[in-house]
Amino acid sequence: MTERERYEAVVVGAGPGGAAAAAVLARNDVETLVLERGVEAGSKNVSGGLLYAEESAPYAIDDLFSGFREAATERPVTDYYLHNLAGDRVETFDITDLHEHDTEWSDAVLRRKMDSWLAERVHELTRETGGGLLTGVRVNGLLREGGEIVGVTCDELDPIEADLVVAADGVNSELARDAGLMDWEEPEEWFQGVKAVVDMPEGAIDDRFGLDGDEGEAHLFSGDLFEDVRGGGFLYTNEGTLSIGTVFHLDSLVAEEAEPHELLDALLTHPLLARWLDDGYEELEYAAKLVPDSKKVAHPSPHEGRLVLVGDAAGQMQAQGPIIKGMNHAVTAGALAAEAFSEARSRNDPDAAGDLYERKLRDEGVMKKLCPPRYRAVRALAEHDPVTDVLDAVLESPVGRFGVRALGDRLETLYGSPFLSMMVPDTRTPYVTLPTVIAEELGERIGGENDVDPPDLADRIGDLTYDVDVGNPHIEVDDDSFAASGDAVTACPVSARDFGGGCYREETVRTNGDERTVVSLDTQPCVECGTCAVVADTDWEHPRGGKGVEFRQG
Amino acid sequence: MNMVVLTKGVPDFREGQVSFDEDGHLERGETPTVMNPNDEHALEAALQTKVRQGGTVSVMSMGPPGYGDVLREAMESVYADDLYLLSDREMAAADTWATAITIATALEEMEPSPDLVFAGFKTADGETGHTGPQTCWAYGMPIVTHVVSLEIDPDEERLRAKRLVEGDIEEIETVETSLPAFVVADPEFEPSYRRAEHRLRHRDLREETRERAADHEEHMTVWDHADLNLDPDYIGLDGSPTVVSSVDPIPKAPAEREATMVDPERDEEMRQVFEEMAPLAGGE
Ligand SMILES: Cc1cc2nc3c(=O)[nH]c(=O)nc-3n(C[C@H](O)[C@H](O)[C@H](O)COP(=O)(O)OP(=O)(O)OC[C@H]3O[C@@H](n4cnc5c(N)ncnc54)[C@H](O)[C@@H]3O)c2cc1C
Ligand code: SF4
Repeated sequence: MTERERYEAVVVGAGPGGAAAAAVLARNDVETLVLERGVEAGSKNVSGGLLYAEESAPYAIDDLFSGFREAATERPVTDYYLHNLAGDRVETFDITDLHEHDTEWSDAVLRRKMDSWLAERVHELTRETGGGLLTGVRVNGLLREGGEIVGVTCDELDPIEADLVVAADGVNSELARDAGLMDWEEPEEWFQGVKAVVDMPEGAIDDRFGLDGDEGEAHLFSGDLFEDVRGGGFLYTNEGTLSIGTVFHLDSLVAEEAEPHELLDALLTHPLLARWLDDGYEELEYAAKLVPDSKKVAHPSPHEGRLVLVGDAAGQMQAQGPIIKGMNHAVTAGALAAEAFSEARSRNDPDAAGDLYERKLRDEGVMKKLCPPRYRAVRALAEHDPVTDVLDAVLESPVGRFGVRALGDRLETLYGSPFLSMMVPDTRTPYVTLPTVIAEELGERIGGENDVDPPDLADRIGDLTYDVDVGNPHIEVDDDSFAASGDAVTACPVSARDFGGGCYREETVRTNGDERTVVSLDTQPCVECGTCAVVADTDWEHPRGGKGVEFRQG
Repeated sequence: MNMVVLTKGVPDFREGQVSFDEDGHLERGETPTVMNPNDEHALEAALQTKVRQGGTVSVMSMGPPGYGDVLREAMESVYADDLYLLSDREMAAADTWATAITIATALEEMEPSPDLVFAGFKTADGETGHTGPQTCWAYGMPIVTHVVSLEIDPDEERLRAKRLVEGDIEEIETVETSLPAFVVADPEFEPSYRRAEHRLRHRDLREETRERAADHEEHMTVWDHADLNLDPDYIGLDGSPTVVSSVDPIPKAPAEREATMVDPERDEEMRQVFEEMAPLAGGE
């Protein structure tokens, strides 16, 4: 038998968290191997996405990769708006100030382009240390010896030992689950993001948004257009495309039995969007992924033995009110974990890396952003149904409506408060009731028709690229009763009630005169979003390296 | 480990590429030459050995000067270090015997001498499968055919291969032999890279080769019969004991029937089809 391979550090996942960790490790001469399951870095990833460089953060991505913004991003965000919607009434707040708070810069990004560019740099850097970056390799678990984590196991490679394992494998981290640090149980701990990348004719973005080449805009949408589902919509300008999507609390999607693709369509066909879109609507890609809510799941101590979790794998995804910050925190955490290991190693105590990383997350103020201590107090009070009901009733009553009218312009300022935006409770009130009332009381009717005709689910699936791992489904339903797994029929972004071409289907089986409603699963159209890992009773894994869906935009 | 991969240019038999004259003879001039498709497996086997054990890979072919492109293609896929083209009028129109003599002599001429020679299973044009075994006989080394996986022990100078018995995927045997040896890779050959270091080296080699393949002629040696000290009487057409007495074209399917278009929406026309076909169903 040949000897086991070993590297000083193995980084699992080549998203922003993994790229940052690997770059800092390599700069500190740590022999680093990066393993990414996609055919190319970025081919599995989706974000909105606005990438922030925060003034207060110890690391920003362009500190680690020079030339990053020129080569790997789309447009910067120069204006930021929040639209409160009620029917065709719209009240728009300019929240550019909130956006610029603590922001050095912020660019829209498309993940295939961004991550594959980063991966090239990471490979060059890590190759110098004797490691490198490999795509098409899925890590399937932790290698243990005598109960201690000593490395990783993979589908495509023999087990590999390492002094440090960085789990930068994103939301639904199989390594975090394997280590018992994260579970996929509670829908209220997650959001589901769904996004369409829309092709725009030459020059249309500048014309229709009134921009000049190197400017860009961000728009958020909330109110009654998503019925009672808690969450909102976004629109960001890329170089020649738009990213338009939605982010909803997963528990709310499930409770309302909402169909994610229909909510996206509700946004795309809202009269407000007719300013920017027309009947020439051309969707390049439909994609979805779970998003952790750091306020609830950011792990206070994201390490175990030689394993450290960074980014989404550790739940480090901050929803700062309407502003979503995941990529930047993944970068910071990845870099801090790498820094911690290099320091521990130079003290001949590499096993201390985890504790040191935890301390750095705290000392650098990262944990405070992810999990504001005061949010816990607000939550205890505000996220109770009776409280929500009272708040909503007051808001909707003549008193509340009077209040909204009286506040008028000051509401815009309040919405722009970074402090308040961190405290927003996860209830109907801020997502649905308040924006609706604001639009009703202060908004103007916009009228007009929206001629966008979004593709149906079958076409959206048909336009995606898949390399199906025939005969080897990556998800299995453990309990196929409708009670246990039926929520997936609607919550899965590529399934729908009465749609036969998706992943989950509701079926009635008759045996011996007995009738049972069950769900059946076909993983072929799966976009690997992770939703059914949480809302259904499944045995959930990612597909083998290179298999499954391949995003071209992300 | 010094390796040589033998490859051959063959007519591109793919639809849209190949062209036949009226009698059904292949029009060589009109049909592009490509690398023999089965040779890809030989290249994969050599590449796997290079990645895992290190060493050099040379690609060798016998054919007209135009084969340079085939060699470049091979260079790119096997990340070859250099190329050998055996090319000369005297070598032309050789049968498998004369070819084997020529190649075996060229292999002997190589410095340093090869440890492993790889070839694909049958060429797409001749389909004989003779050249490999005859070359081994002429050179005097063992041959292992139908290889589906390969391990080399460079210290012991031995190879261990899994091979299909009688070409049957259901029956696999493991054989061992000393080096130098000749390996014929089966179309079922699966390269295996289970170590990260192998995949990383594979990536490095790809990047290095990209530059080399851009001016592949710099890395190509052309040998004629004189370079190899071969007597023209024993090579090429003159040295070929096989006589091809005649070539029978594959008979064209008679297609003299006339087609009638019918509109499936029109009952009248469909009835006609039915009436034509009904007697056939009765076995008439
Ligand atoms: C619709 C939507 C909108 C969003 N909008 C924003 C936004 O505007 N701004 C923002 O900052 N964030 C946004 N986010 C969140 C952001 O995308 C994530 O927080 C961020 O990508 C996390 O980075 P990461 O490096 O931790 O993980 P990821 O970027 O998810 O990278 C994980 C990597 O690991 C790989 N991997 C996973 N498992 C394995 C395995 N077993 N073996 C090998 N490789 C593996 C994956 O293929 C992937 O490349 C959004 C997310 C969604 C879904
Ligand atoms: S099957 Fe599960 S993981 Fe796949 S797209 Fe549907 S909900 Fe997401």
